[in-house]
Amino acid sequence: MALLNVKNLNIAFHTRYGSIIAVENANFKLEPRQTLCIVGESGSGKSVLCSSIMGLLPMPPAKIESGTIELDGENILQFNNKRLRSIRGNRISMIFQDPMTSLNPYLKIGTQLIEPLTLHKNMSRKKAWPLAIDMLNDVGLPEPDRLMTQYPHQLSGGMRQRVMIAMALINKPEILIADEPTTALDVTIQAQILQLIKNIQKKTNIAVIFVSHDLGVISGIADYILVMEKGLVVEEGTAENIFYHTKHPYTKNLLASIPTKSKSDLYPMEDRSNSNLLVNIKHLKTYFKNQSQWFSTNKNLVKAVDDVSIEIFEGETLGLVGESGSGKSTLGRSVMRLVDIYGGQIILGKQDLAGLSTSELKLYRREFQMIFQDPYASLNPRMTVFDALAEALQIRGVSSANKVLSEAKELMIDVGLEPQHIRKYPHEFSGGQRQRIAIARAIALKPKLIIADEPVSALDVTIQAQILELLLNLVKKNNLTMLFISHDLSVIRYMSDRVAVMYQGKIVEMDNTETVFTQAKHPYTRALLSAIPVPDPINERKKYMSIAATHDTAL
Amino acid sequence: MNQIVDVMQFEDGRSLWQDAYARLRNNKFAIFGLVVIITMILLSIFAGMLSSYSYETQDLYLGATPPSAEHWLGTDTLGRDMFTRILYGGRVSLMVGFLATAVALLIGVTWGTVSGYMGGRIDNAMMRIVDILYAMPFTIFIILLMVVFGQNIYLLFLAIGAVEWLTMARIVRGQVIGIRNQDYIDAAISMGLSRFRVIFRHVLPNILGPIIVYTTLTIPNVILLESFLSFLGLGIQPPQSSWGALISSGVETIEEYPWLLIYPACVLSITLFSLNFLGDGLRDALDPKIAKD
Repeated sequence: MALLNVKNLNIAFHTRYGSIIAVENANFKLEPRQTLCIVGESGSGKSVLCSSIMGLLPMPPAKIESGTIELDGENILQFNNKRLRSIRGNRISMIFQDPMTSLNPYLKIGTQLIEPLTLHKNMSRKKAWPLAIDMLNDVGLPEPDRLMTQYPHQLSGGMRQRVMIAMALINKPEILIADEPTTALDVTIQAQILQLIKNIQKKTNIAVIFVSHDLGVISGIADYILVMEKGLVVEEGTAENIFYHTKHPYTKNLLASIPTKSKSDLYPMEDRSNSNLLVNIKHLKTYFKNQSQWFSTNKNLVKAVDDVSIEIFEGETLGLVGESGSGKSTLGRSVMRLVDIYGGQIILGKQDLAGLSTSELKLYRREFQMIFQDPYASLNPRMTVFDALAEALQIRGVSSANKVLSEAKELMIDVGLEPQHIRKYPHEFSGGQRQRIAIARAIALKPKLIIADEPVSALDVTIQAQILELLLNLVKKNNLTMLFISHDLSVIRYMSDRVAVMYQGKIVEMDNTETVFTQAKHPYTRALLSAIPVPDPINERKKYMSIAATHDTAL
Repeated sequence: MNQIVDVMQFEDGRSLWQDAYARLRNNKFAIFGLVVIITMILLSIFAGMLSSYSYETQDLYLGATPPSAEHWLGTDTLGRDMFTRILYGGRVSLMVGFLATAVALLIGVTWGTVSGYMGGRIDNAMMRIVDILYAMPFTIFIILLMVVFGQNIYLLFLAIGAVEWLTMARIVRGQVIGIRNQDYIDAAISMGLSRFRVIFRHVLPNILGPIIVYTTLTIPNVILLESFLSFLGLGIQPPQSSWGALISSGVETIEEYPWLLIYPACVLSITLFSLNFLGDGLRDALDPKIAKD
């Protein structure tokens, strides 16, 4: 008998605006020690499926129409609340996507960590405390004694996710459900967390359900994979079958969407030694004052961008890669002069933009345009596509109403949108379409430099691939110069001619893309490169084996 | 090219405001509210033509009479026709309600927007001024104004507006700070738009919802505030009246002559309900997300 057996599960959401089938006829079994991965894009129903196993679905509007979820042969859908509570956090545990919000900020780590023990095992605080310290040790956190008395905000994202894992595992559950546990983390931290889950599984025989939108992430840890699309499991099978003998077109599409190519595979490398220098950034510094107390005299400066010099040549795409907190976004916003800079020069042509006052800057603003990460925040919700584009076109000096309309429509066609939707508001578009509008707005001004700050990281993989292709085409067609900021090395490789690697506010390595990817000099770059997950189970597993061998002593 | 020509046909050059108007027209409650408010305004403007009685002539022999064919809403203890008094009272109450709120709106939104948008030291200084004004006892503040500038109904509007804007400024500032950190504001700034344009095109339209809701809450507040001031002898003086004043004198005789309370209270309630319907309707109409069914 399987540990967990889901049979013919149908879940629907009934709202005022109609009913949606979120999960349609799901069937799967989970055995101890097995890792089951559920893959799909947003809206595929993968998270709903997980929540239903934990009994966490909001009912109403959700309703389980039919089917059973059996835990050791008992249908947990028929359990009352009290019995469900005895399972949650005890036999089945869950870790969530965002470690920043899933810990209670007002309670110390120790207090939160022993809660499952005092709750389910009726342990006293005194007895639970050392067990919690052991657990923190097991998940590889240094100085567990001190950590127990700290608050969540004192920990980094990776550390918090380890605490979450410790909390999920402290009662020695039989099943661990991990809902996108590494999506909010940096690549190097992601690799560590995946390794940790793998190691724990080896030690405790726990069964894992791992939900992700990213096939690369799961390739090394999955035993069995379900691919979901719009509530339906469209393909399932062992990791080898899914990756090497893909059958369903949707899965094929997902795999094809992972950027694996380099820009130099698509276009011959151009020699830019003769191109004009467009922007010369010299010794740029952006410091932030730490929230200082009212009367304190010591000024704590955070050096977000610490003496960075970059040259950007006309027509090239410079990729800027780094992990969260490296200062890459601040660098982009400093060049845009959206944050106050502390020192240095931003030379465009003969003009140093860093020295200009806000009012003098207004004339130069349109030479630099930005594409933002979150297409839901970067468009004014009360302006139609036409309003947004017309505003930009008018600044460029297009004055006649007819001309504005026809140019706005051309822009929409350029970015792959239907021009008859020009009078629609942003909320009537999907995330990918919104990003296209944001791109159209940026190119409407014909800027000299486009700064794209993580333009695809908020999008699903298939949409991401489309937007990247669009950007690449626009760059080629209009000879755009771009500073492309991303945390994702494979995206950077696909987009950039040259790459700059940023670490703790400094550029640690800068060279042609292929040189960086094949002969990285700086150890940080090499660490980043080795952490990229590739959709190739056999090779990925080897990676875990080798890391496991070296790290086994640490656990 | 064919495609583009086709598209031209259903382009009607809608703007946010035109959209909002079209949506408001479809909202029955809002239209009901609007009609009631316009009716109330017209009734109080043409009060003299609608009633054959004067609001000040007393008829002490008549005294308080219940509603009848001659006096539709009865008479008060001094024998004055209630219908007439309610119509004339509406002049004062509606004027105070709209003008004082307009003053509060103007100062509050400007102050809050500048403070929230500029941030830093300017924000700090501007908000401390609001705090200081908050701390002043408001009756003393108004008495001071009245003493310095003399008693005058228009000054009353200013005085009430000058107190009510404080909360408006705080609400607006909070909203502006929330919007200020959105990427689309950065996008607008990096296009080279002036501050003025950024505020008018990108910030203000996005905080209209809370502003409208708070405005519809301020109007009844102001109407009642006027009756309180009148009670202290700072507002309008008898024989002039207002809805607030009628209600507060009606409360005193609630057991003997209930109609003296019921009718002015009904009129005030209906007006306030209508204002709320209209306010909610406006808020929804100005939010493109709610519009499409």
